[in-house]
Amino acid sequence: MADTGEGKKEEADYKRLHSFPLIRHTDMPEEMRVEAMELCVTACEKYATNNESAAKMIKEMMDKKFGSSWHVVIGEGFGFEITHEVKNLLYMFFGGSLAVCVWKCS
Amino acid sequence: MLSGIHPETVLAKGQSGPSGGKAAPPRAAKAVSKKRDEDVSTEAGEGADEHAAVKTLVKPPDQLELTEAKRAYKPVSYVDQMAIHFSLNGNMILKDSDEGRRQSIRLNAAAEKAPIETSAGTSEEAEIKDEESAGDTQAAGEEEAEEAGTAEVTEADEAEEPPPPKVKEQKLANQFNFIERATRTLNNPLRDRACQSEPTPCKDFSATANQWKIYDAYVEELQKMERSKEKEKPKAQIAKKEEEKKKGRKLTSLDLQKSSHRRKENLKMMREATLIQIKALTTNECGRKGHSLSCVKDDKFLFSVVTVEEVMLCGQPSVPSSSLKMKGSVKAVSDDITKISKAAKIMERMVNQNIFDDIAQDFKYFEDASDEYRDQQGTLLPLWKFQYEKTKRLAVTAISWNPKYKDLFAVGYGSYDFMKQGQGMLLLYTMKNPSFPEYVFSSESGIMCLDFHNDRPYLVAVGFYDGNVAIYNLKKATSQPSYKSSAKSGKHTEPVWQRNGPHEKGEAVKVITSIHLDLTVAFDPGSHSDIPITEAEKYELGCGTSFDFHKKIDYLFLVGTEEGKIYKCSKCYSSQFLDVFEAHHMAVDSVSWNPYHLKVFISCSSDWTVKIWDHTIKTPMFVFDLNSAVGDVAWSPYSSTVFAAVTTDGKAHVFDLSINKYEALCTQLVVAKKKNKITHIQFNPVYPVVIIGDERGHVISLKLSPNLRKMPKAKKGQEVKKGPEVEIPKLDKLLNLVREPESNGGK
Repeated sequence: MADTGEGKKEEADYKRLHSFPLIRHTDMPEEMRVEAMELCVTACEKYATNNESAAKMIKEMMDKKFGSSWHVVIGEGFGFEITHEVKNLLYMFFGGSLAVCVWKCS
Repeated sequence: MLSGIHPETVLAKGQSGPSGGKAAPPRAAKAVSKKRDEDVSTEAGEGADEHAAVKTLVKPPDQLELTEAKRAYKPVSYVDQMAIHFSLNGNMILKDSDEGRRQSIRLNAAAEKAPIETSAGTSEEAEIKDEESAGDTQAAGEEEAEEAGTAEVTEADEAEEPPPPKVKEQKLANQFNFIERATRTLNNPLRDRACQSEPTPCKDFSATANQWKIYDAYVEELQKMERSKEKEKPKAQIAKKEEEKKKGRKLTSLDLQKSSHRRKENLKMMREATLIQIKALTTNECGRKGHSLSCVKDDKFLFSVVTVEEVMLCGQPSVPSSSLKMKGSVKAVSDDITKISKAAKIMERMVNQNIFDDIAQDFKYFEDASDEYRDQQGTLLPLWKFQYEKTKRLAVTAISWNPKYKDLFAVGYGSYDFMKQGQGMLLLYTMKNPSFPEYVFSSESGIMCLDFHNDRPYLVAVGFYDGNVAIYNLKKATSQPSYKSSAKSGKHTEPVWQRNGPHEKGEAVKVITSIHLDLTVAFDPGSHSDIPITEAEKYELGCGTSFDFHKKIDYLFLVGTEEGKIYKCSKCYSSQFLDVFEAHHMAVDSVSWNPYHLKVFISCSSDWTVKIWDHTIKTPMFVFDLNSAVGDVAWSPYSSTVFAAVTTDGKAHVFDLSINKYEALCTQLVVAKKKNKITHIQFNPVYPVVIIGDERGHVISLKLSPNLRKMPKAKKGQEVKKGPEVEIPKLDKLLNLVREPESNGGK
């Protein structure tokens, strides 16, 4: 019991501590990066349980803001190898367990 | 065409001859259109008759009518002005009229008979010409009917007959002037063109997102953040400390400086402004050391800069930089301030450059344009003024330019007043920083004279009022002279560095020469290494005040004395002198050899005169009376005939003998105050600048206007020669002018 309690507490701690967005890799210019990151955060928070909706929202918004053919992957575990247009890639973690990869390739 | 077929249309039209219900209606139509052309001529004849008939009826406008009843003229209210010259009835027939009905019936019948022919006829109108003859014969009979029709037209408009109903399927072309034309234009051939743009640059990227990878990334980031937080903490503490110290120091500095409130505010502002820069400097200087150390340095920096700022703010230095080094909170790491000193110095100079920018511009570029309109006269343009708070009460007793650094000069301070002797000062200024001296040395006794070593520009020899001679080494940081003579040999008043002649053994041997008030001239040759006085030769002379060595003949020197005589001496004979000039009636203040001409020297005296001599002749070549005691005289370095003298009434005089042998080119009041006297003048060896020292401790630099340094104009095709080859003959020429009348006069 105590263990699980502690485990929960730790988990809560972890969640609290790791709630911030953490950019792992990006080649976007500063302005775009900030905007994309904020968009990802909003989407992930809005659709906390539905990654598909979040991805859809991000994709649509990015298409609208930066021109078409954006691709978004959101998940807790995945591997990928993509070809993206230069200066249009953002790979970030969010909320301690989500990985978000946003890139443009038309 | 339909209407054309009907005979009734003739009434309306006249020309459109109907084919009159003939068996071949299409034919008739063609004939009609052709006949129209022919009828125009015939109708013209008829029209003329008609017109004549109508004309009689037409009344002129504004008609008056004589009315029988009133027996007066009365204007006709309405006159029919319209004259119908030609009228033409349409060929349309009302569909519902009898005529129309009749015609339509007939037409239908005809259409049933030969529908193909009619259609063919419409399409083949272009072939009219071929069938002309046929048309004519058909139309001939109809013309009579036409004429009757025209008569009807003129009478009334009752001729409107109902037009035959139209057959919708057939479109009528304008039968009067319808021509169908068609042409084909060239269709440009279509071509394909394509080009490819560069593909947008793409890159591949691959990664794997796992829970553990995400976790690791977050943990790493958190650790990084913690570390940076730890770094920031001590910084904040340091900042706090600094502020506290600042406050404390502000109080002390206030006490020390007794500065006014306003000044304090200014200082504070400037301090804060420069603090940032200084921090940057410190971090650069000692970036590798610990934080606590740099914190201490920041404090020190602050202090030094504050003093620098004060200097700039009030224009008057308050604390010499050398003493600054000893003060403040530097005790902890006292050697660290030296690291900053260079940066601080650069900054000080930069600030000075900005403050005195206009003067610097003048110094470099301004040439008095009004000189062109003055014949010979010139002016002196005041540039920087050098003053230092501690030397306010002292007189400038000696000035000398550094032989190597053309912007550096030394100023000796003391007092000429026998009753008011006090401490002395030696300051070294540079023109790059007029607000604060580069070096400051203070001494117990007043300085009477000084000079730089010719080969070692970092050595300054100084003669004190108490008779001692000292040598200051600018390379050493101490404020004490590196050598000081004892007072045992009596009082000296003027020591001079002289460069050692080639006949002496050893390169680094130098000579200090000084005149004693007890009638001796002493040579003190010594080796450079530790500057000991090895030997002193004494010359029994009058009461010497000034002397100068010959530029070329290095044993020859002149000594001016208090009783007005000038002695020509040689180092070879210590007990005798070569010659005596009965030069002045009062003390000789200065003697100086001409830098170009080997025989000529100049002397000035308190008896208001400046005299130029040939040392082989006992009488003066030129005598100038300046109406006031002459404090100093100096040859210019650029011309053999130019010299400047200063008088005690505050004026500077610049002469050029080659331009005017009798009067100064420029006499200018340099020092404004009445109680102030000018004591010394020196030409800069390179720039057209003189520095003048006065009794109040100020040194003023002045720029010579173009007229004062005018060189003889070059004749066309000739190069302007420079240097001694030109300068010596120039002066010789002048001297010859003077010599001859003298020899004639038997003097």
